[in-house]
Amino acid sequence: MHLTDISWPALLPGLIVTVTALVVLVADLFIEGPDREGLGWIGLVGLVAAGIASAVLWNANAGGFGDTFLLDRYAIFFNLVLCLTGALTLLMSMDYLSSITLPSGEYYVLLLLAVLGMMVMAQANDLIILFLGLELMSISIYVLAGIWRPDLRSSEAALKYFLLGAFASGFLLFGIAMAYGAFGTTTLTPIASQLAHLSVEQRPLALAAAGLLLVGFGFKVAAAPFHAWAPDVYEGAPTSVTALMAVGVKAAAFAAFVRVFLYALHALALDWSWLVWVLAVLSMTIGNTAALMQRNIKRMLAYSSIAHAGYLLVGLVAADTDGGASMLYYLLGYAVMTLGAFSVVIAVGRRGEPNEEVSDYAGLGFRYPFLGICMTIFMLSMAGIPLFVGFTGKFFLFSAAIEQGWVWLVIIAALNSVVSAYFYLGVLMQMYMGENPREVQGLTQRPYLTATLLFTAFATIVLGIFPSWAFDLARSAVQSLSV
Amino acid sequence: MTAVPTSSFIALSVLLFSIGAIGVLVRRNAIVIFMCIELMLNAANLAFVTFARQQGSIDGQVIVFFVMTVAAAEAAVGLAIIIAVFRHRQTVNADDLRLLRW
Repeated sequence: MHLTDISWPALLPGLIVTVTALVVLVADLFIEGPDREGLGWIGLVGLVAAGIASAVLWNANAGGFGDTFLLDRYAIFFNLVLCLTGALTLLMSMDYLSSITLPSGEYYVLLLLAVLGMMVMAQANDLIILFLGLELMSISIYVLAGIWRPDLRSSEAALKYFLLGAFASGFLLFGIAMAYGAFGTTTLTPIASQLAHLSVEQRPLALAAAGLLLVGFGFKVAAAPFHAWAPDVYEGAPTSVTALMAVGVKAAAFAAFVRVFLYALHALALDWSWLVWVLAVLSMTIGNTAALMQRNIKRMLAYSSIAHAGYLLVGLVAADTDGGASMLYYLLGYAVMTLGAFSVVIAVGRRGEPNEEVSDYAGLGFRYPFLGICMTIFMLSMAGIPLFVGFTGKFFLFSAAIEQGWVWLVIIAALNSVVSAYFYLGVLMQMYMGENPREVQGLTQRPYLTATLLFTAFATIVLGIFPSWAFDLARSAVQSLSV
Repeated sequence: MTAVPTSSFIALSVLLFSIGAIGVLVRRNAIVIFMCIELMLNAANLAFVTFARQQGSIDGQVIVFFVMTVAAAEAAVGLAIIIAVFRHRQTVNADDLRLLRW
């Protein structure tokens, strides 16, 4: 390792987010007012700038620090998804925070640091840097989950997330230790080249490393059977933080998951693909069947996110460029539609009345047509109805798996997709057929939330109808992995 | 003094890790669960320094410093969260935290 070759381009997006977080931290002292929207704006500008900086460097293929920290196309793709997720979460938070009186200064700083950790995970080409990024993200989100101190559920969610998250980190770290023992390094590039001709003594340690890393990542992406924490934590955390957990944490964990397994450990694919197969089937089946029984919408979306992790793992089972590219594309689509769905959940809640039961949605569709149309788009997209990004994403994932001969997996996934339509459409049934004289706070007073909804609904449709450009970006991102 | 073989250190490390992992699953007090997690992290540290000695490289020892720093940050946040829950409930027993179904 030669740490002397500092690569500023590779650091640039992360540095922008770091500086933004520090500026917000200091500005918190000077900006007055109860909701401090100005802080949100600073964060928004920083995240957009980091996204643009990443996009500009698309062809630069910057790497440095002895190949431990890269800004290849793969990392750039994820940086864009993560900056988008962070920016949309900030946008929806700006209206949400004022409705539940959260301490906004710390909130924005922690949100930015969490996004920074996610970006480090996407750019890490070394297991230890990956671990540091993961911890930066996780520790920020432990605090964010519990930031609503008057609410007991929030503290409880934070405690559960902290204990299970730290438990998962333990597995991941022990896996890294085994990888270090097997290969004498934690950098992914030499690991990949050593795996091509593995000696007999190295093999047991390498397999132990792969297994432990799989458990660690399984926890972080909330794949069954490591999903037990997700429903509780998603339900208890403030809704905007839940959105960040459901989208950002999952995307970042998948970024690292795919880089480690598809690139570094690709030579062991025969050994791990059947394990991932089991995880995928369990996640889809448990996620969708449990979601059928939920009354609380955040809990239902939590189980649905477990099911989506299962669909994504189908692409990892395929273990080729198409599989990886369809995972990246699906993650982008999953990001916009899930962020949109959580914005609707925020819009339906009001001060002192979270309105999180599915029955609270009764009759909202006709009285609030804009909310109704947005929720319809997100639910249909998640259920995988054509025209929306959820359908095209699943189509790419399943066809990649079919090409590699995983027919049964795709049959199970398609059946699951049918089951999932039942509970997604159930929400719409409530919205349009139910009767309930409930008022929600008009969207006219919540401009940021309206902007989030417009953007995500628009993106869900555009990505669904014109998928090819985004898929080509995803493919060229995955191709940058197999150097 | 004869050198202790690498395999003994790794066996101890795996043993500590298993005690930690089983502890997390069977114990119900949040503080004890957290101590078990720390045990898992330190088992990993032991593995890192053992492999570093075996391979005659310094990397593993440097990694341990990173892990210790992370563990300290995690402990600060984790204990704060445990105190926040205790103030609400006067208990940190995982079985009593039933507001959200575990």
